[in-house]
Amino acid sequence: MSKADAAAGVLWIGATLYAIFGGADFGGGLWDLVAGDARKGARPRTRIQASLTPVWEANHVWLIFILVVLWTAFPEAFGAIMSTLYVPLALAALGIVLRGAGFAFRKSVDTLAARRALGACFALSSVMTPFFMGTVVGAIASGNVPAAGDGDAFSTWIEPLPLLTGAIFVASGAYLAAIFLIFDSRRAGDAELEEYFARRALAAAALAGAFALAGVFALQADATYVFDRLTDEGLPLMVLSGVCGLAVLLMLGGGARRGLRPLAGVTVAALIWGWGVAQYPYLLPTSLEISDAAAPDPTLTSVIVVFGAAAVVVLPALGLLYTLTQRDIVGE
Amino acid sequence: MAGLGALPLAASESNLLAARELMAFTLGFHIVLACIGVAFPALVLTANYLGLRRGDPDAMRLARRWSKVAAVTFATGAVTGTVLSFEFGLLWPEFMARFGDAFGIAFAIEGIFFFIEAIFLAIYIYGWKRLGGWAHFWSGVPMLVSGIGGAFSVVTANAWMNTPQGFTLDAAGRVVDTEPLQVLFSPAWSYEVPHMILAAYMVTGFLFASVYAVGMLRGRRDRHHRLGLLIPLTLACLATPVQIFVGDVAAREVADDQPAKFAGFECIEETGPNQTEYLGGICTDDGVKGAIGIPGLDSLLVGFSTDTVVTGLEDVPPDERPPANTLLHLSFDTMVGIGFGLLALAAWLAISWWRRRDIPRSAWFLRAVAISGGAAIVAVWCGWIVTEVGRQPWIVNGFMRTEEAVTEAEGIWFVFAGVIGLYAALGATAILVLRGMARRWREQGEAGEAETPYGPSAAIR
Repeated sequence: MSKADAAAGVLWIGATLYAIFGGADFGGGLWDLVAGDARKGARPRTRIQASLTPVWEANHVWLIFILVVLWTAFPEAFGAIMSTLYVPLALAALGIVLRGAGFAFRKSVDTLAARRALGACFALSSVMTPFFMGTVVGAIASGNVPAAGDGDAFSTWIEPLPLLTGAIFVASGAYLAAIFLIFDSRRAGDAELEEYFARRALAAAALAGAFALAGVFALQADATYVFDRLTDEGLPLMVLSGVCGLAVLLMLGGGARRGLRPLAGVTVAALIWGWGVAQYPYLLPTSLEISDAAAPDPTLTSVIVVFGAAAVVVLPALGLLYTLTQRDIVGE
Repeated sequence: MAGLGALPLAASESNLLAARELMAFTLGFHIVLACIGVAFPALVLTANYLGLRRGDPDAMRLARRWSKVAAVTFATGAVTGTVLSFEFGLLWPEFMARFGDAFGIAFAIEGIFFFIEAIFLAIYIYGWKRLGGWAHFWSGVPMLVSGIGGAFSVVTANAWMNTPQGFTLDAAGRVVDTEPLQVLFSPAWSYEVPHMILAAYMVTGFLFASVYAVGMLRGRRDRHHRLGLLIPLTLACLATPVQIFVGDVAAREVADDQPAKFAGFECIEETGPNQTEYLGGICTDDGVKGAIGIPGLDSLLVGFSTDTVVTGLEDVPPDERPPANTLLHLSFDTMVGIGFGLLALAAWLAISWWRRRDIPRSAWFLRAVAISGGAAIVAVWCGWIVTEVGRQPWIVNGFMRTEEAVTEAEGIWFVFAGVIGLYAALGATAILVLRGMARRWREQGEAGEAETPYGPSAAIR
């Protein structure tokens, strides 16, 4: 494996962790949005807030990590993506501001009206942000980003595949969030809420699966290169994702809980790695290969060394944070 | 063809201004929150330490409340910082495409510090109830390190833009080789990094102290307020003299490393010895108008002798001179002026403390502290204007012009207008939220924090 491939691997690891943990935080916002009026939605919202509060900022750093690795290890690709997909990227950035601010502020204001307004900010942008991030990924996979950058500002992402990818992002986040919230509700001893999120997890899983299937058809129409490899080299990963997704559906239907979270994580992770395998060796299919986009070797080495350090320092620290929150030692 | 070539240039000139204004505005907003992020751990851990060590309930209460304040400012800083990361690419795609492989190295390291900061901040602020005493205190210590490490990585990236090195370009201007350590430790890092970390401690310390000074001026002179004033103020006052020293060294180094920037903010037209130091005034082509001039002082400050030759703008090619020298000059003077004002404040506190172990009795002292936080922020803004505007027309000093780096996307002015509106709302809401928290604490003590976002709760009125 070349250093450039290793750096791309680092990028994909970051994307996977962001999709699982950051995605679940976005999903929490979606469930907040559809929880109903102040009285009816109070219980799920309280649960969502308690689950998200201690972890969302740490999970958000994966996004920074992805941006930094992309611009350092693959500066040309970063420039091309940014100068082409600036509309959905700017909208995603707007969503990030509204979501973070809305979430942090809403519990600290006095009046119900202010709380509702900030809560709506948080919840709506929790849907908007992953959607636009998904359109960016979909546009890249479609091969709509020219290596030289400055692609069309709209037609590159307002297409079936990018829009469907946006929907997949939203649905998979909702799916992960609901699964995590099942366990958080159970830990809080709220069996009713556990059921509530189990039903929603089932619905989101079905929806995410349907979007993913539709995405495969859109891929066939819009992105032949990626489709061909996805159904060839990427097939085992697609099958893995599908099998895990089905297993989750069956377990949810049967009321089983054990192993649900890892299975749900693998559903999403396999999808992301399947996309990576399908794109290989392109970073921007089919105009920019990983090796051509890569920074000089010493920079790639730095990125890989920094990732190694992060694996030693950050991952255990994240583990500690998750453990402490799961044992209710850290929380509001 | 000439006509076709001219059109995008005109568009990119307008874009250049819009993109620079947008970047400056969002950076100016974020830097205040970033300062709190860097220095808050020292503040809260000092209060926490005093509380634990001396069994002081007032100090413990301050530490607890400051953590809640930090939860709000960190969240705001996390999102405004993310916006900056996006802006690097959205506004300066050519810069990132060409130099990301060098410029990015420091940011890659920054990622680790951001994680550590976010993780241990969460453990610390949400660990008050169930993590006991010293275990809880130690859970906050990694934040202290990551705050400084994070500041190092971000500021050293900026230092590299000022004194770029550690890369090889091919004929087409593409980076073909890098030396990461050379990139990380470019000449300017050694003065920019300590200057900014100390600035962060000053901004945070004076800002937190100013809140309690206002409270004391309104008659709330209990021990809680006194301690709330003294802990941050002491920290800031300790940083101030060191900062003046570091700033002095930095100016000398800038004269050496970045002579055009130095000539710009000192309004030096002609190269030569015996340069006059101008305080205030307006820079024009025929000298500085309306300034207090001290003959020879500029040379003396740069080289400890009036014979020191200082480069003037005449030796910088016209198209490489920094724009708006009056802005640079006044920004620099304002920063230095505020620095000395804060040093006087620190001396006032030190003398009073030395004489009678108390803060000065005069209400003027509290008034001065009350404005010190805002003043420190203005000084930081001025410093960044000097650094960034003073480097123009370059984005990578001597290697890439800012106009080559800017995006060709349309509508940046509209985005700028929108961002001003968004950030105005963000800032106003953050301040309202913090004021609301303070009011609740005064009225109801530690109770009253809502547990339910917007469902029925006793706290909802």
